Amino acid sequence: MIRILRQIFRTGIVTEQLPPVLEEEIRLVGERLEETVRKKFGRSLTIRQVDAGSCNGCELEIHAMNNPIYNCERFGVHFTASPRFADMLLVTGPVAWNMEVALRRTYDATPSPKLVVAVGDCGCNGGIFGVSYASLGGIDRIIPVDVLVPGCPPSPTDLLNGILRAVS
Amino acid sequence: MSTLRDAIIQAFGEHARFDGGQRPASVSACVVPRDRFGEAAKVMKKAYALLAAEWASDETALGRGYGVFACYRWGSEYLIVKTEVPSGDPWYPSLCRSFVPAFRFERQIMSLMGITAAGNPDVRPWIKFEDWPANAWPLRKSFDAAQRMPRVAGEYMWVRAEGEGVYEIPVGPVHAGIIEPGHFRFQALGEDVINLEERLGYVHKGIEKKFESLDWQDGAKLAGRVSGDTTVAHSLAYCMAMESMTGCRVPERAHWLRALFLERERIANHLGDIGAICNDAAFAFMLYQLSRLKEMLLRTNRRLFGHRFMMDRIVPGGVTVDIDPAGKREILAEMDMLAADFEKLVTIYDENPSLEDRVRDTGILKPARARELCVVGIVARASGLNLDCRIFNPFPPYDRHDWMELDVPVLISGDVHARAWVRVQEVRESIRILRKILEEMPDSGIRVPAGQPAPDSSGFSAVEGWRGEIIYWLQSGPAGEINRCMVRDPSSVNWLGLELAVLGNIVPDFPLCNKSFNQSYSGHDL
Repeated sequence: MIRILRQIFRTGIVTEQLPPVLEEEIRLVGERLEETVRKKFGRSLTIRQVDAGSCNGCELEIHAMNNPIYNCERFGVHFTASPRFADMLLVTGPVAWNMEVALRRTYDATPSPKLVVAVGDCGCNGGIFGVSYASLGGIDRIIPVDVLVPGCPPSPTDLLNGILRAVS
Repeated sequence: MSTLRDAIIQAFGEHARFDGGQRPASVSACVVPRDRFGEAAKVMKKAYALLAAEWASDETALGRGYGVFACYRWGSEYLIVKTEVPSGDPWYPSLCRSFVPAFRFERQIMSLMGITAAGNPDVRPWIKFEDWPANAWPLRKSFDAAQRMPRVAGEYMWVRAEGEGVYEIPVGPVHAGIIEPGHFRFQALGEDVINLEERLGYVHKGIEKKFESLDWQDGAKLAGRVSGDTTVAHSLAYCMAMESMTGCRVPERAHWLRALFLERERIANHLGDIGAICNDAAFAFMLYQLSRLKEMLLRTNRRLFGHRFMMDRIVPGGVTVDIDPAGKREILAEMDMLAADFEKLVTIYDENPSLEDRVRDTGILKPARARELCVVGIVARASGLNLDCRIFNPFPPYDRHDWMELDVPVLISGDVHARAWVRVQEVRESIRILRKILEEMPDSGIRVPAGQPAPDSSGFSAVEGWRGEIIYWLQSGPAGEINRCMVRDPSSVNWLGLELAVLGNIVPDFPLCNKSFNQSYSGHDL
């Protein structure tokens, strides 16, 4: 126990200021939610992450958002296990043919009002996998998307900014 | 070393044709008659070989039918046994009676190529779902990659258990956390798991088919996106397989830089995994401490090499980025900081009794079963199998065994702790050899033209990614284009290990077992 406490105090607080990103790097594409709803989401946003076919690179950076340096929870942003509790879907990957049904069901299971963020080049336009018999392309081909955060993968800074932009 | 080659020659004589078209020269390849393909597997089994991969290739463009291949491994020797199958009569003898991994490999061959494995009782599709048209065989040349398939009605037959108090728990594809999708079907009695059946394929993106429309340079980019957390090792394996076909001599320094990237990827993933394993036993402290250290590594990668995960840094013919003396000093200082903090955290891991209670004797994969399943990598080494491509199939500087003295950890308990401890030992070793690599890196160029493969030739590579052995087999077509790129991620053999490891455990321990395996869904589904 002493060792644990000593390590905690030695490490200290490592959370950094979140630097802004350029306007062009994140695109708001959907209709904006009502201001009252955005204010509520801005104080406490529950996210359900859905991997719709990614290579897992984007998932690593989404995990990194939860690490002590980026610390998404200080912005009221936290992840949940069920779409029923979610305000926002954070979707990665070109939609794989075998994931289309699951993605639609997850979207339908999320109560309104809700937002969808498409993560990564694959989420925005299919990336290197493009459109094929097994890959449907960008997430907006299947469900309505509100924010596009390109990158391969996008950094935790880009992701956090994208999420916060959607509710500010 | 040619134990396997000698065994085949002794059993088959002139009926095993060694035509020498397979590169590199260290990998033997022969063709045997179709009706003796199963016999070859028995011969390999007697020679203590393990089945590393089994796949098929549509060779109609090369004037042949379909080729079915089995790659066997014993120590540092790889032997590929091929049989030729007429496209009008697509079947071959199953290898499942000799080697357990053949079950899934053959289901995959049937699903994606439509070639029947005669004698394999499991005729359910794998990767392909029951809502695909039955005659959709994507890896056949006749299948248009751009088509939109209809969804048809179908049913997947699950393994079921019956009895009083037995119930079925379906999990996924969308899982509770931030993780890839897959389906796990438990048969449980109370909290005890009676059976676990996996169903994967949810992230199948048609990668192997996609390779066939790319040029050789772009193939490296796609390889780097098969499994994002293993981007370095996958692109390295692709490049090495391609370079074996063209005879490209990669500059010495490029080899060493490749090793540098490979070890950095290994450390970063192991740090994340050890933290995640502890987190799934409710010890979040370790996750936050280790993810802080991992973040430090990723930032250094971005600063020195231009990408947090070093994606697209390894290309055919070498690497795209070098390191200067300032960068070397930076990494050495980083390793000092990392080693100091890491050791403190390992002590905390080791001395925590409630953590030990969770991780020891949980999720045991016994050594005998591990061997039967032909698992590789961390899973293998935690269950008594001494396998590591850096020892058995090395490229410079790993081939300097006496100088590098790579210490590969092998444990026999096969539990969650063993898989975590293998990672701990490997982080220590990787830090040590990273320092050595930086001290003695030779001066030379970092990239040369890779060349173009000749028509109708094959390349092969086996690289120790952080999960385990990654195999790439490349085949060129009549105009020197990519005819087939076979990717065998370690997950393709390791996933089955999880099904065995959870037996006798409670359902709430499943996340812990799964994290300790941490296999790739995307690398498996392709």
